[in-house]
Amino acid sequence: MKLNRRGFIGATAGATAALAAPMVRAASHGRPKVVVVGGGAGGATVARYLAKDSQGAIDVTLIEPTRTYYTCFFSNLYLGGLVDLNYIAHSYGTLAAEYGINVVHDWATGIDRDAKTVATAGGYSIPYDKLILSPGIDFVEGSVPGWDISAQNEMPHAYKAGSQTELLRAQIMAMPEGGTYAMVAPPNPYRCPPGPYERVSMVARILKQHNPTAKIIIADPKPKFSKMALFQDGWSRHYDGMIEWVGPDFGGDKVSVDPGAMTIDIDGEVTKVDVCNVIPAMKAGRICEMAGITDGNWAPVHARDLRSKMDDNIHVLGDSCAQGDMPKSGFSANSQAKVCANAVRGELTGSAVFPAKFSNTCWSSLDENDGVKVGATYEATDEKIAKVDGFISKTGEDAAMRQATYEESFGWYEGITSDMFG
Amino acid sequence: MMKAKLYILAALAALGWAAPAAAHDHGDPERGAAVFKACKSCHQVGEGAKNRVGPMLNGVFGRPAGAVEGYRYSAGMERERAGGLVWTWDTLDAYIENPKALVSKTRMNFRGIKDEQKRADLLAYLRLFSDNPADIPEAEPTDVSELPNLSPEVLALVGDPAYGEYLSSECTTCHQVDGSDEGIPSITGWPVEDFVVAMHAYKEKIRPHPVMQMMAGRLSNEEIAALAAYFNGL
Repeated sequence: MKLNRRGFIGATAGATAALAAPMVRAASHGRPKVVVVGGGAGGATVARYLAKDSQGAIDVTLIEPTRTYYTCFFSNLYLGGLVDLNYIAHSYGTLAAEYGINVVHDWATGIDRDAKTVATAGGYSIPYDKLILSPGIDFVEGSVPGWDISAQNEMPHAYKAGSQTELLRAQIMAMPEGGTYAMVAPPNPYRCPPGPYERVSMVARILKQHNPTAKIIIADPKPKFSKMALFQDGWSRHYDGMIEWVGPDFGGDKVSVDPGAMTIDIDGEVTKVDVCNVIPAMKAGRICEMAGITDGNWAPVHARDLRSKMDDNIHVLGDSCAQGDMPKSGFSANSQAKVCANAVRGELTGSAVFPAKFSNTCWSSLDENDGVKVGATYEATDEKIAKVDGFISKTGEDAAMRQATYEESFGWYEGITSDMFG
Repeated sequence: MMKAKLYILAALAALGWAAPAAAHDHGDPERGAAVFKACKSCHQVGEGAKNRVGPMLNGVFGRPAGAVEGYRYSAGMERERAGGLVWTWDTLDAYIENPKALVSKTRMNFRGIKDEQKRADLLAYLRLFSDNPADIPEAEPTDVSELPNLSPEVLALVGDPAYGEYLSSECTTCHQVDGSDEGIPSITGWPVEDFVVAMHAYKEKIRPHPVMQMMAGRLSNEEIAALAAYFNGL
């Protein structure tokens, strides 16, 4: 695998050299500097493509607090017992060792847009010519009355993968026989539209094996959700009678929780539960707000290069940006990262800039060997990234097709994580 | 037509010239709100919209024809519903252009809008009241798909591997550059011709795979040639 990658870099070197125009060097400090904040599907990908394609002409720094990154995508499959935690864990070693990226394990705590520096919790000030923010999501305070971040041990969100995911899994496994798992689903827009519902499928799967009389309640503020018909069909085929979805017609939008008492109040009806998975409303990773580039909860960007509408030297990728029609997904962030890398490299080194193309596909597992997917292509218009074409799995597909889709999702996981981490 | 322009841009871009935005005019919702005034005597849209002489229009994109609860449709519209008509940008455009041409005996007594731009504006306005693809990815498109329409001269172009390398980043989200093929097939080292034939088969929807049909569907012949040249060299 590694040998072939070297071959790949070798092969691309010639092609890039043939295209390269005279380099536009940064005025103050030799090689132009790009600082990337956040090492997920957007940040790791953009750092890797900038380093790989510029052949060392761009100095790339990646700021990411965690040394081991757990992907949010596929963390539901860990909850469902289909992969172990190690499967979704990744390190930044290859990005540092093989791509020459300066990986800084630290928190970005402030951005000085005039001086063009990023401050870190460790006390550093890192200068940039171009800053790329890909910090994922944070939660909107007060969106679920009774819940705040201090309650995340009693009522985990598990919407940033890692210790929260492990905690939620442990709580599910410790549920008493016939106990109740409740989920408070988030309002639009949020990370991974099918994510909460795939999670319910995976929780149902593990409960069916270990605790078949357990119940699942979903309180949902939305009348409709992604792949709704596919999920509901899957739930009735695999987990009949186990899952109760409470939409806004029945008070799913009027929810509060009491983490001390472990109760959930749905439109006045209070229920004692054993696990309460609260997924609050979301907003851009807080560093975007601190940089002053947000409008409301998200950071607006231009469609063609993901450049902030507030600052020409900042780009925002993935969940944090308001770009138009693309769902907030790892695939979207990865797709945006490549367009952004191409544009930023062109601006800094004079390399060719090709037209933006975007795509997304979201696979979801209903059960082992029962996979479904939804996908679309997008293009950049003057206003936004606009959806032009798409598809979705159908209910009633045969088992062989569902199994192929399930296996394909693992192939995608291997593909995108190689694309991110090298 | 627009695709042809894209080729030229791509060719120029390959020579180191940065491509500017391709022009788009797929309807302006603000102008569309003005066009909608003509519809208002029969149709409501927006928060609290109810059925009046005609059905309410919230969520019309992606909805089967004749499917608003509590509205009594004409036999003609019921028949179209049974026949599988779904309201998309294209079908709504045809309906608004000439209602009775698309749905015989519809009760919608409206002569239609001949002006293409006005229809686009109206649809852009109505699109605001349907699901957003960012929230529900399967929601109807908000933009019009431009299918490629190529001359033989373009077909004869030899693929540019540098452009192929850029385009390949869309493929490598799933297909690995090291040739791994678990769950997703390997696409490295294919003979150029086989690659081109396979991609066109997806593009023409002859080979059945929705992701590949979607990805290949918007690639121009030149882009396919570029990808074939690039992956052949891996």
